[in-house]
Amino acid sequence: MTAPLLEIRNATKVYGGSGIGGGKKVVALQDFNLSIAESPATITTIAGESGSGKTTLASLVLGFLHLTSGDVIYRGVNIQSMNAEQRVHYRREVQAVFQDPYEVYNPFYRVKHIFELAIRKFKLANDKAQARQMMEDALKVVGLRGGEVLEKYPHQLSGGQRQRMMIARAYMLKPRIIVADEPVSMIDASLRAMILDIMLHLRDDFGISFLYITHDLSTAYQIGNDIHIMYQGRVAENGDTGHVIENPKHPYVQLLLNSIPVPDPDVKWDTNLNLPSEEEMRNSPKSGCRFYPRCGSRMDRCLQGIPPLFPIENQHQASCFLYETPESSPASK
Amino acid sequence: MSTSTSTPQAKTAYGAGREVVLDVDELRVHYRTPTGDVKAVNGVSFQVFAGETVGLVGESGCGKTTTAMAVLRMVQPPGRIVSGHATVAGTDVVGLNEKELREMRWVKLALIPQGAMNSLNPVMRIRTQIADAIETHLGKQPKEKLKARILELLNQVGLPARVYDMYPHELSGGMKQRVCVAMAIALNPPLIIADEPTSALDVVVQRVVAQTLMDVKKRLGVSMILIGHDMGLQAQMVDRIIVMYAGNIVEIAPITRAFKIPLHPYTQLLIASIPSIKERKPLKVTEGITHDLRNPPPGCVFQYRCPFVQEICRTKKPTLREYTSGHQAACHLYESPDDMGSHAQAAAAMKELDR
Repeated sequence: MTAPLLEIRNATKVYGGSGIGGGKKVVALQDFNLSIAESPATITTIAGESGSGKTTLASLVLGFLHLTSGDVIYRGVNIQSMNAEQRVHYRREVQAVFQDPYEVYNPFYRVKHIFELAIRKFKLANDKAQARQMMEDALKVVGLRGGEVLEKYPHQLSGGQRQRMMIARAYMLKPRIIVADEPVSMIDASLRAMILDIMLHLRDDFGISFLYITHDLSTAYQIGNDIHIMYQGRVAENGDTGHVIENPKHPYVQLLLNSIPVPDPDVKWDTNLNLPSEEEMRNSPKSGCRFYPRCGSRMDRCLQGIPPLFPIENQHQASCFLYETPESSPASK
Repeated sequence: MSTSTSTPQAKTAYGAGREVVLDVDELRVHYRTPTGDVKAVNGVSFQVFAGETVGLVGESGCGKTTTAMAVLRMVQPPGRIVSGHATVAGTDVVGLNEKELREMRWVKLALIPQGAMNSLNPVMRIRTQIADAIETHLGKQPKEKLKARILELLNQVGLPARVYDMYPHELSGGMKQRVCVAMAIALNPPLIIADEPTSALDVVVQRVVAQTLMDVKKRLGVSMILIGHDMGLQAQMVDRIIVMYAGNIVEIAPITRAFKIPLHPYTQLLIASIPSIKERKPLKVTEGITHDLRNPPPGCVFQYRCPFVQEICRTKKPTLREYTSGHQAACHLYESPDDMGSHAQAAAAMKELDR
């Protein structure tokens, strides 16, 4: 087996706790492991609610933040110990698409600026004609025509068009991985499918892997390969997306799936859901399972330690003592 | 403009005999820009009956929030209400002056704004903010009575009593949102407008807030307009749905009918594009270019995106017509009985449902 394209090992990120007054420590991400294979290209979903650590993870991979402990390894090289040349290479091969397609553009520049900047920075083209051709080719992949959009200002384009241009820009750099942080959450429902379709197209036809960060399990279900569902900085459950969503094991994941409003007026939410207010305010005890206060199947065992990931079947794992068996040793290697 | 105080009558057979809480009639709101007026709400008419929840959906920029803001008389310049009426519990708000409006807000209609959790004052305790809303309208209240009322309100939205003494930053997003719900029901208004009340919340918390809203609505019998774009949430919460596109209403239907036999192609698209959690299916991809709202094309507003566009759609604007009880659509596909035939499936399904 060849080395994975991107590997994250025991990643932990703690905010605060240093500087004047010390401050309160917040563990945003704890012991996170992930591996994206060289080929075939995949869409790996990181899902979770706000505060679950998913955007922290994206920032770590993109190099905006440094890990407190653990490693992010790209093609066998730790990203924190890369030399200048490797870093430029990494910056080019790992691209990002962000949530808000309105804020990422500078309103004073025509939209072609975002392409020109990238071409100049990475010295991709020898002359203007070649640069133009690159832009046109990239836009074609996302179903836009250069002549129609490049000379416009950001406010003249719709949200969906702007997001497609961001993907085109990322594609133009021939990346291996695109970190897509909530790429469709601000796009109108009727246009979301187009963005998701472009992601599938890039994965299947151009071999670009995605780290798809989202809170929306239904879009992940439609396009994702592997999924990691996070809860307060830890993985609650992971595995093949179809497998996890069709057979959720962790009580939190079950609750999450149950809470997605069903688009059928005849199928209403069956029960009333009550959250303990302590849990809502995140004052829950920090020892043991983070989900303990809300959990319907909690046991005394759950307060004694944090449950490791127990294997369910195949690659499917859940961090819950309900799935502890005498022979199941902690799944972390 | 004169202030009418007559009680409006239901205009459709569907609403016959029901009390009309809100009657919006040919409402037009324009935003002035240097290159012409943007027709954000372009002649919208609908009614809300007592005790029902009506969903108002459409993509961003379709005019759903502007419609609601016009009903509340909260359209900010450069926007203005150009013409039309919005009658809330017998009073046409379009003709009211500031003082009359102030007396009406919270008492006759309340707003739960978008991102309501950020609308709380960060330096005031929850109790002070709720008391403020009550005392502004009812005058100074005896201390004990006021406290009892506030605690009752908090209880109604499922919040513990200790929230009474807390500051907004001590609460989670969902709890702050429920404080806003408590404020909205403080004076028992007959109509509450909730603008995307759960859009910034996590799925689980969204469900808690949505259930609080439904619970409150059921207990108080208040009418509600629920603005949103999440069709799943609409399916769970509303009785009727109003679909807007580019400043116009394209379809009004009882929620079950809207999901079973959506008539307008835009409604069909909205429903088809809901990502499913039950089955993996191919994505339905559509190109989406909406016309410039300053210059709507002649004919139908949806013509550039409609898969069934015909010659007539380019020239004649379809009017909103009631096809079966309570189900209205503005589409040329269904204008003559013959055309219904060409959409035989819809017609058959309609018959099925009416039986």
